[in-house]
Order: sequence, then structure tokens, then C-alpha cells
Amino acid sequence: MKLSRIIQILDAKILCNVQGRLDSDIPMICGSDLMSDVLAFIKSGALLLTGLTTIQVVYTAENAGVNVVCFVRGKKPSKETVDLANEKKITLLTTNMSMFESCGKLYNNGLIGGSDYEN
Amino acid sequence: MKIRPINHKKPSKIRELTYELKVEQVMCDDVITLSPDDTMNDVLRILRDNKIRGILVLDKDRLVGVVSIEDLISCLVDKGKLNEKIENRMTKDIVTVYSDESIVQVVNKFEDNGYGRFPVIDRDTKKLVGILTKGDIIDGLLEKLEIEYRQEEIHRYRASHIFEDVISDNSTLIMQYHIKGGDFKKAGEQTSKLRKNLLRLGIMPETIRRVAIASFEAEMNTVIYTPEGELIAKIQPDKITINTIDSGPGIPNIKQAMRQGYSTAPDWVRELGFGAGMGLPNIKNCSDEMKIKSKVGKGTDLQFIIYRRENET
Repeated sequence: MKLSRIIQILDAKILCNVQGRLDSDIPMICGSDLMSDVLAFIKSGALLLTGLTTIQVVYTAENAGVNVVCFVRGKKPSKETVDLANEKKITLLTTNMSMFESCGKLYNNGLIGGSDYEN
Repeated sequence: MKIRPINHKKPSKIRELTYELKVEQVMCDDVITLSPDDTMNDVLRILRDNKIRGILVLDKDRLVGVVSIEDLISCLVDKGKLNEKIENRMTKDIVTVYSDESIVQVVNKFEDNGYGRFPVIDRDTKKLVGILTKGDIIDGLLEKLEIEYRQEEIHRYRASHIFEDVISDNSTLIMQYHIKGGDFKKAGEQTSKLRKNLLRLGIMPETIRRVAIASFEAEMNTVIYTPEGELIAKIQPDKITINTIDSGPGIPNIKQAMRQGYSTAPDWVRELGFGAGMGLPNIKNCSDEMKIKSKVGKGTDLQFIIYRRENET
């Protein structure tokens, strides 16, 4: 699914770095607040939904090959987090929906999680 | 010359650059101006002498108009006289841009207004600081593309040939990074530097991903549990070996620490998204070999090795 469609479904606000990515395909979603789980299970190219806004989220995304992170429940990251995302060219979004609602809406629209995804 | 709106499919690198580049980086800041009382004859002379197509018109310090080659032509077509004042021929409906706007915003303004040039204004002082044409944008983009391309190419070329250029029976490249305990503003930074170097060395993305994930977990452990430590990466043609050596409290029971979900982390560590007993198991899963040596009260030496199976050269 195109990132622009996901932004529409989540009614998400763009925080930074969306340039050149709106048309890119997001094959699956990972929702977690536990970065070790994200590192262990997320596939490259996935979108990460999380309630954490620390700079370690950006480092986690970078190391796991994740280009897009969306914060749930309307959370806004600190300036340090946004600056680091700019440096690492990670797209940051924020949605007012909760983690459960975000996952539910995206799943209903045909997106899948990492365990359904075959490379 | 026509600049296409940005939403058209274009190479994404250029699209990115139009967001990154600011007006002030590409504009011409050596602006030639005339006053409204000057004549179209002055316009003709200045356009010809400077090989430009438009001039800004200032009344003292205030921007009052733009006069372009089109205005000169229409003046001649109307059988107007060249001693006519600029005031009667210039475009008074001026569209300006701010010097801190990104190029992408301005490109759309060129399309919307059909103008060939925009005066550039400083957002704070509201003073004229330059002029911007489509040509300036193209020059700026090309220059930036070339600089970025050349820099990355040089880095990548030099780095990726290191093992071919250094003649020996066995070459090893060692990179060492210091990790400060408890510094969460920086936790993850050293792995990020290491990862960038691995990219430059031309190592395959899947190998880098495994190294980066394991190294990030090891770095987090060092930051969370120890006063300080060193991350040492040994790059060889066939494998990458990483050690994190800390001066921390040591691990009393390694077998227990290796179990998924076992953790001694306090709540504040869990709030950062770590400390759920997944760190060491993650490192083990990403690597081909892993060893832990630990002495309580002395510190821990964690080593993991990732083989470069693919044909990376």
C-alpha cells in the first residue's frame, strides 16, 4: 500500500522527511513499544507504529531498515528525535488514534504484519 | 524553459534536493536594481550589458516593481518611446519569496504565476536580499547533486577498495568506539557510525543489518548496565567480529541472562523500549558465533561474529 494512503487511513500528520516517499510501497506494518522486539522481528521496508518517542526509536528504525515511523495517540517527539530523523532520513508521522485502532484500521484495509509476509 | 511541478514522477533524488535546498543557497545576491524614474532605455542597456532578462525596481529601499525583457518588447511593439519612465511599464503586482523557503515551494510559485523571476526577501528584516530565476534553481540543483555524488563516490571508492589495495596474507580493519554508561541522549550513536562505515566498505545490506542490530543491542546493554565500555569492530574479508568490553558489574548467571524474557532492568530502562530480556537473545540470533566472558565486579566481554557469506567484492 502506498504511504500516502496509509497517512489518509490513519489521518496522520507529517512531522518530517516525507519527500520522495509518498508514492513508495509499504508492504507491512509492525506495531510495538518494545524496541528489542522490533529489532528481532521487523522486516526491512515495514512501517513502525509505536508509542515511544525517544531517539532510540530512530536508531532502531535505521538499524532495522525501516524508513517510516508513526507515533500513536498523538504523541510528538522531542526536537532531538526529529533532528536525528532528519539526519538519518527517517520519515516521522503522528496519529491521534491509539495503537489498537491504528493497527485495526490498517489491517482492515488489507495491510499485514511481519508473520504473514513472505519475502 | 519549463519546470515541471514537483508531484510529477521525477528521479527521487532531485525531488529530495528540492526539499533540502533553500532559496538563499541558490539565489543571486548581487542584484542589479533601477529606480521607477529611470527610463526603458536604461532597461535596454542593463539587460544587454549584463545578459539578464529582468531587473528589480526600487524606490529608495522599497521594492516597487519588476521590469523584464517582455516589458521592453511590449514597449517597443506599442511603438512606445524608450525614454518612457519604467514606472509606466513595470509589473507592480510583485510576488516575492523568502530566503529561507525551500526550493520545492518556489518551483510551484513559478508555475502558478508564470513569472520568470522572484525578488527574495529576508523573513525577519523584510529587506531585499537577492533575486531568483529558474536558471538559478537548475544550477543550484546540479551543483548540489554533483557535490553529493562526488563526496559519496570518493568515500565509497576509497573504502570499498581497502582490502584490495592493502597487500597482505590477511588484512584486518579495526574500528573502536567508546560507549558512555547512562548517556541515553547518545545511546545508539556509535552503532550508527559503525553502520555508516560498513556501508562505505561496500558490505552487503543484509550483513550490515545483522551487524547493526546486534551491535545496537550490545551498545544499549553497555549504556544501561555499565559505567562505560568499548565497542571494537574487526572487519576481515570473510567475517566481522565485534566485542563490547565494559567495566560494569558483570553478569552473575550467563545462562539465565541468555533466556528470552529474563531481565534485571529497572522500569526506566523498560520505558525506553529496552530491558525486556530480548537483548542477548537478539544478538545471538543475528550472529553466527557468540561468546560471553564475565566476572562479577570486573566487567563483561561480549563477542559476536558474523560471517560475510555473500560474494561482496
